[in-house]
Amino acid sequence: MSPVLAGVLQLLALIVALGLAYRPLGDHMARVYSSDRHLRVEKWIYKGIGADPDTQMRWPAYLRGVLAFSAVGVLFLYLLQRLQGSLPGSLGFRSIDPDQAFNTAASFVANTNWQSYYGEQAMGHVVQTAGLAVQNFVSAAVGIAVAVALVRGFARSRTGELGNFWSDLVRGVIRVLIPISVLGALVLVACGAIQNFAGIHEVGQFLGGSQQWNGGAVASQEAIKELGTNGGGYFNANSAHPFENPDGFTNLFEVFLILVIPFALTRTFGRMVGSLKQGYAILATMAAIWIGFTALMMWTEFHHGGPAFDLAGGAMEGKENRFGVGGSSIFAVATTLTSTGAVDSFHSSFTGFGGGITMLGMQLGEIAPGGTGSGLYGMLIMAIIAVFIAGLMVGRTPEYLGKKIGTREIKFAACYILVTPALVLVFTAVAMALPTPRHSMLNPGAHGFSEILYAYTSGANNNGSAFAGLSSDTDWFNTTIGLAMLLGRFLPMVFVLALAGSLAEQQPVPATAGTLRTEKPLFTGLLVGTVLIVAGLTYFPALALGPLAEGLAS
Amino acid sequence: MNNSVTNTGRLLWAGLRALLVLTLACGVIYPLAVTGVAQALFHDKANGSEIRSEGKVVGSSLIGQRYDLPLKKGQETAEPDLKWFQPRPSNGLGENTVNTRYKLILSGATNLSGDNKDLIGQVRAAQQAVIKDNTTATYEVDKADVPADAVTSSGSGLDPDISPAYAELQVHRVAERNHLPVNEVRQLVKAHTDGRVLGFMGEPRVNVLELNVALRDLAAKG
Amino acid sequence: MTTGTRKHDSKRSQDAMSTATPTQAPHSDLPSGHTAHAAHAEEGRVGAGLFDPKQLLRSLPDACRKLDPRVMVKSPVMFVVLVGSVLTTVFSFKDPSDWFGWTISAWLWLTVIFANLAEAVAEGRGKAQADSLRKAKTDTVARRLTGSSEEHVPGTELRVDDLVVCEAGDIVPGDGDVVEGVASVDESAITGESAPVIRESGGDRSAVTGGTKVLSDRVVIKITTKPGETFIDRMINLVEGAARQKTPNEIALNILLASLTIVFLLAVVTLPPFADYAGRHLSMVVLVALLVCLIPTTIGALLSAIGIAGMDRLVQRNVLAMSGRAVEAAGDVSTLLLDKTGTITLGNRQAAEFVPVNGTTEAELADAAQLSSLADETPEGRSIVILAKEKYGLREIPPVAHHHPSEEALRAPISSGELAAAEWIAFTAQTRMSGVDVDGRRIRKGAAGSVIAWVREEGGTVARDADGITHRISEAGGTPLLVAVKDGKGARVLGVIHLKDVVKHGMRERFDELRRMGIKTVMITGDNPLTAKAIADEAGVDDFLAEATPEDKMALIKREQAGGKLVAMTGDGTNDAPALAQADVGVAMNTGTSAAKEAGNMVDLDSNPTKLIEIVEIGKQLLITRGALTTFSIANDVAKYFAIIPALFAAVYPGLDKLNIMQLSSPDSAILSAVIFNALIIVALVPLALKGVRYRPMSADRMLRRNLAVYGLGGLVAPFVGIKIIDVLISLVPGL
Repeated sequence: MSPVLAGVLQLLALIVALGLAYRPLGDHMARVYSSDRHLRVEKWIYKGIGADPDTQMRWPAYLRGVLAFSAVGVLFLYLLQRLQGSLPGSLGFRSIDPDQAFNTAASFVANTNWQSYYGEQAMGHVVQTAGLAVQNFVSAAVGIAVAVALVRGFARSRTGELGNFWSDLVRGVIRVLIPISVLGALVLVACGAIQNFAGIHEVGQFLGGSQQWNGGAVASQEAIKELGTNGGGYFNANSAHPFENPDGFTNLFEVFLILVIPFALTRTFGRMVGSLKQGYAILATMAAIWIGFTALMMWTEFHHGGPAFDLAGGAMEGKENRFGVGGSSIFAVATTLTSTGAVDSFHSSFTGFGGGITMLGMQLGEIAPGGTGSGLYGMLIMAIIAVFIAGLMVGRTPEYLGKKIGTREIKFAACYILVTPALVLVFTAVAMALPTPRHSMLNPGAHGFSEILYAYTSGANNNGSAFAGLSSDTDWFNTTIGLAMLLGRFLPMVFVLALAGSLAEQQPVPATAGTLRTEKPLFTGLLVGTVLIVAGLTYFPALALGPLAEGLAS
Repeated sequence: MNNSVTNTGRLLWAGLRALLVLTLACGVIYPLAVTGVAQALFHDKANGSEIRSEGKVVGSSLIGQRYDLPLKKGQETAEPDLKWFQPRPSNGLGENTVNTRYKLILSGATNLSGDNKDLIGQVRAAQQAVIKDNTTATYEVDKADVPADAVTSSGSGLDPDISPAYAELQVHRVAERNHLPVNEVRQLVKAHTDGRVLGFMGEPRVNVLELNVALRDLAAKG
Repeated sequence: MTTGTRKHDSKRSQDAMSTATPTQAPHSDLPSGHTAHAAHAEEGRVGAGLFDPKQLLRSLPDACRKLDPRVMVKSPVMFVVLVGSVLTTVFSFKDPSDWFGWTISAWLWLTVIFANLAEAVAEGRGKAQADSLRKAKTDTVARRLTGSSEEHVPGTELRVDDLVVCEAGDIVPGDGDVVEGVASVDESAITGESAPVIRESGGDRSAVTGGTKVLSDRVVIKITTKPGETFIDRMINLVEGAARQKTPNEIALNILLASLTIVFLLAVVTLPPFADYAGRHLSMVVLVALLVCLIPTTIGALLSAIGIAGMDRLVQRNVLAMSGRAVEAAGDVSTLLLDKTGTITLGNRQAAEFVPVNGTTEAELADAAQLSSLADETPEGRSIVILAKEKYGLREIPPVAHHHPSEEALRAPISSGELAAAEWIAFTAQTRMSGVDVDGRRIRKGAAGSVIAWVREEGGTVARDADGITHRISEAGGTPLLVAVKDGKGARVLGVIHLKDVVKHGMRERFDELRRMGIKTVMITGDNPLTAKAIADEAGVDDFLAEATPEDKMALIKREQAGGKLVAMTGDGTNDAPALAQADVGVAMNTGTSAAKEAGNMVDLDSNPTKLIEIVEIGKQLLITRGALTTFSIANDVAKYFAIIPALFAAVYPGLDKLNIMQLSSPDSAILSAVIFNALIIVALVPLALKGVRYRPMSADRMLRRNLAVYGLGGLVAPFVGIKIIDVLISLVPGL
């Protein structure tokens, strides 16, 4: 079997697996976020929090919950790192410097998991499991909660109430993320991922001498790292490390974990707004972009343009033999079209176009299918933009799911789509204009620029992957990327929740033959076009000077 | 004003309590539970899939290692021990810089771009070395036969595998150095070639450590 | 365009009426009521305003006047272009030998002026209309009644509730209601229709408008509006655009355009450091050129013209929208309330058949029915005469021979011949019968009960099946009219005339169209449910409201609105006012009362209720035009990138020249071509903005598919072609 065919089959297998999980998981999540019953363990937790899970919140209250919880998360994680040197169970690792600790805290709370540290030499068991892995869970749950609040905004009418943040947060963790993570972690262990609390481990080698490696709760962290679209690796090599991702099957399994919740949320969305077809339309949009990007990535990587790859006869630099070009391409697209940022191969050593595809994937806003929750709300915002323009073309004030897209709605949607491009472009421009940040580049020429563009694209879009040649552990990058991550995560949430509040107050307009049918393939096509054109136009000049210049040179 | 400060304080307090409770659930109970089950059911794998040979642990089947000759005086980089199957280059590997009491391997890639002169140089040098090392009296290596994985570094730097093509390329050399018939070595490689999982997942590969362990056994028998 | 606009249109429409329009005027005094309808029937779409290229030239001074930054800032997109033009001009002054900078500056200024031109042209049409209105509003002198005496005061001094007298030749000094007398009034100043109309006290035809001219008789008018706020004042403000406020959707679109502008501003402002790193220094002129090409100038330039033109299209159809909001709402309407009479059916019932009772022939019945109706001037009566003539060839009274019988001919015998002795019995509310006594025959026709009572009184017999026939006709939604005779054979019932509401020709098709557009039609009628259902079925409306009282109407509107629907309706009576106010689109008839006109958010000067359908279409067309040009504008950017990016960077990254798929001749020419295309496309699209995108009623899906193909794909492809052509032309200029 040729590697290309194997790659295609892997993609197909993934589609089938995601298809099988789609209904049960999507329906399960719809029940989780609609049910008015609490599990016993959840009641204990609410008692611990001191919050009434049945109080309905309007959008400002919901937002305050999100922000307060996240602010505490940043502070807690920051302190944990700063105090690591004095904490037990830390393998004797030192405390993390302030700038890096801020960067890492912001990164994990913002569901980004950008890492300017080397996992195996910086973070001990306590920070990894009680700090970073916890944020892997809760930041994902916060994302889903905000998405669910927006969905409720569409589903409800004549009310400002969007649900209860504490309840959504806790349910997401207890009923969705933990059960799947337990299963996922055990599958990974069964295939070879490690799971222990041993310290630094020294083993003999074949020709004498010894190797040292870290033990750790890797599989348990790996599962939620992918499932919650977080991406922060236990080890520096992330999912390229054999202990995180031991073989071809786990590679696909991890991609499955990355994609399963974001895709299934479209079903949850359809269920909650009372039209599964609307969910399918969003699903189709996401799937079309994802499959299209994967196909493009496979094409360019198998085609291996670039002097070094031509010489080597394949683009295997930075790729593992057990995944090959096909598996690596699938992973790279999935991780950058979601807010994951885990890597099983190193994007910096992809072909020029391949690197461009990973960057463009993030620049679309990570909505195909996007991060847990953030993918859905991001795509719904794009749907609102598409509906606004297309809706006009059918001669009605635009409406989506029966809710009119008026001045308020478009204002919030417009602000949403402004945030990330502003962060990416402005930070990149300032970094390029200053003398020192450029010293962090590893590669010369267009690729060097790509490294910095990639860094801010990844940060502001909460991805976390990198053109990792960039030495990002500097005051400048730790601080600015930290800010980009926080602003890129929470500003959009403000607009999403405000939008949700505005939508929830509206009385829905019944659909007629004159209504734009947003569940039809035509709309899906339009939405794909809108997503590509909006991002494409925004980033085209920058991409031209980076990956396009590199890719077109050969 | 005072009121809003109190409210904010109350909200942050709730946030902290939520975080602590969830830390208990996700950061303590979850990893411990998974570790418990994993250690009970998959003890070897959960602890790193170690391989033993001649009574000693010789490494992990998942973690690549070098098969080099001992450093000679004045040498900076060790030369490969051509008696054994050689792994992929690992130019991206690092050494720990923070807590130097350990000699940890830092997994990682070169991150060099396809148009980077350094990478081109590395590939060219590796290609020449592979051709030179593997050309024997009876077998000449053609440049086109050198597979890409033989001249590029992996993502982790710890790739435990080589492609079947690269293993095949090394068969003549290894047979010659170990005074074994080429066919026997080739059979050995074949036996240690793992196909794709379920026939389509991942790529076919040869685990270098397992192959070398078997080679050592074969050579000892022979 | 001058006052000729409307005159021209109404003339055209009258031509059309004589050939194509099958309908009858609901109000006979306003024959132009069919103007737009007829045009619609002919073209099958919302007709477009005419566009005269000379207008561009004429509006140039206005366009330049609009360069004032305080005016420009209202359109964020064009304001950015203005700032860009100033910047490039300043930089060109610093380097006067740089022909490229000068050329770019010139074209940027042209871009701004073209945008202003579009708006000025749109406004210009309104201005012309306003001028003609102003002529009507010459300072009139009012004859105010104080007690029993009269005083002459300027029209501007009139207050609400003042009473004024107008006699033949007087200009009505202000809006008001006729409280005394009846007069014929020339309303051409407002409606453009020269045929005079009757205005009388009481009822629904009491309203008069300031600026119109009393042609005959004398009326006393009670003033109902303050000076300066009269209908004509508002109309002037409206068509001039002085009172124009941005509509909600326009504001929303502006926000989206502003945010896109910011995105592109970011993309361009951040480019220099990237380019410097690549080894290419970008000049200010080039950056501004790139920015202007990327921001959505096409829609930004035409947006306000589209809005003004939309209102203008309504004015051309003699509809005054009191707010742009109402026009937009019209596009969203999902329920139309239509009065049965005059809108769905011809104003009056008509005889459809003669059903004789046993023992009588149809001809006998027809003969008696016709005879009894000869003096009946009501439309029903006339229709009986005509039916008898056409269907049964009855011309029973031939004293005056006519080769070509006509209605007049039929009526002629009334005053002569054997019928001279006829005694006509007129219909009264008490008898509920009319008839004739002639030659010893006494014929009566009327409501079943009354006629039967008469027959019995006269000692006659009532055929057994008369009741059954009557019943059957009622059930079918018709009105039975019994005909009885008393002659030598005694008194007896002859049969029943079936009077029937006649649905206007083509209504079913229109309702089908509306259904395809997703609009539900509800017929409002005072008829009983049976009758209403029959007509509703025949006309093909979706629903009906029978025996409707104003309260019922109001309740229906509220019910529909509670379900999230937007409701449009027409009305003219004072008791319609609350419903008109409640409806999202309330179109008051100009013939209606002041109260109705105040309550509605549109006034139809032609008082043609069918026009509601066109108003909906115009509302949709307005939104479609906006959407189409926005799509076009954004899609354009793709080609501009392909022109400019390789031009800027192929020198440092030769690979990027592969993006130069248009094979433009030089970097300078590429940038210039994109800028020129960007400016010219605005002018090219002005007619489209003013006329509106072609609109045909069809489902949303089909419409989207079509518009996406035309304006989305078209927007992608057009600039590739356009920029290439301009580039070829530029490369022909010697010395470049």
